[in-house]
Amino acid sequence: MCAVCGCGHEHDHQAHEHVHDDHLIAVEKSILSKNDRFADINRRRLSGDRIFAVNLVSSPGAGKTTLLVETVKTLSRTMPVSVIEGDQATAHDADRIRATGVRAVQINTGSGCHLDAHMVGHAMDDLAPAPGSVLFIENVGNLVCPASFDLGEAAKVVILSVTEGDDKPLKYPDMFAAAHCMVLSKIDLLPYVDFDTGKAVERARRINPDLQILELSVRDGTGMTGWLDWIAVNSGGGERPGPSAFRSREPVAVQVM
Amino acid sequence: MHELALARSLVELVDDYAAQHGNRKVRRIHVRLGVLSAMTRALYFCFSSASRGSLCEEAVLEIEEVPLTVRCAGCRAVKQPSGRYNFRCPDCGLPTPDIVSGREMQLATIELWPPDSSSRPDRAIAADERGERLHA
Repeated sequence: MCAVCGCGHEHDHQAHEHVHDDHLIAVEKSILSKNDRFADINRRRLSGDRIFAVNLVSSPGAGKTTLLVETVKTLSRTMPVSVIEGDQATAHDADRIRATGVRAVQINTGSGCHLDAHMVGHAMDDLAPAPGSVLFIENVGNLVCPASFDLGEAAKVVILSVTEGDDKPLKYPDMFAAAHCMVLSKIDLLPYVDFDTGKAVERARRINPDLQILELSVRDGTGMTGWLDWIAVNSGGGERPGPSAFRSREPVAVQVM
Repeated sequence: MHELALARSLVELVDDYAAQHGNRKVRRIHVRLGVLSAMTRALYFCFSSASRGSLCEEAVLEIEEVPLTVRCAGCRAVKQPSGRYNFRCPDCGLPTPDIVSGREMQLATIELWPPDSSSRPDRAIAADERGERLHA
């Protein structure tokens, strides 16, 4: 029997809508199903080309671009890398990436507060990331909206800088619940701020017990090896693993606190 | 903006169905939102502006809130945590990342007006229904 309406029919509400009479349509689809369809297309395309895509999210000013610039400088020596940059306006971030010699495409969302899978699909058309590469997607600086929009990425990484509050995971729980990995950035500034790393980690794990946590400072290089290892391990280390390696949305931890 | 994007996605999805079913106006939309989405008020608020000029412009939006439930590996049972973001078993205290319900943002059903528009009540009745729902 159909649990939606008790009509006595056997049908799958997830797969297609069912018209119970001339007026009532049982849809049973995610409100964001259109975005999710585009995300699935992106995911199939990425896994088909063995591309490891990472969606970087944080509040504005947490250091996403600075981390990316240093990351792509090192990573591009050993494997092909490209970047999709998302900002409300300007091409500043894409310019910073291109200055390293790595290919980048800028998306300007205008009044939009997040990237969606459709935008990313078009950016992938323009960028044409190489098979077996790593694709970084830097989302719009925002800890709320990007949590809900699947882009087709293999991993979502949330960056929390120590100049922010250590209660951010509790104040913006959806993002920390959706992330696979949390990077605590700017740890060279810890002596000068009141950020309590233990509390931040405990609060993040309260929201997401499986969250992998890395600490680093781009400025003095602390923890950068752990971050690069995390990318290498999860992307297959350039050993061109089969598509199944990217199908799992459970990246492997290399330096878990 | 996020809630507006969600409301627009909902209107777009419903409009697609209504267009496929004879371009009929939508009478009622039933949506299921998990408590973790925390979108109920925001979606009500944005729906009227997002639906303007669409086939759901006069529709009543009904939102059913779905409670948070988690599967506890220790107790081998589905439990309801004590707080919205307290992902621990209320009985044994084990962390419970396995969420069974509470994240839904689901369009459940759409009710359309009959094809013959003269058989449907006028706009005022639909507006009254929506008003009651909003102030309920």
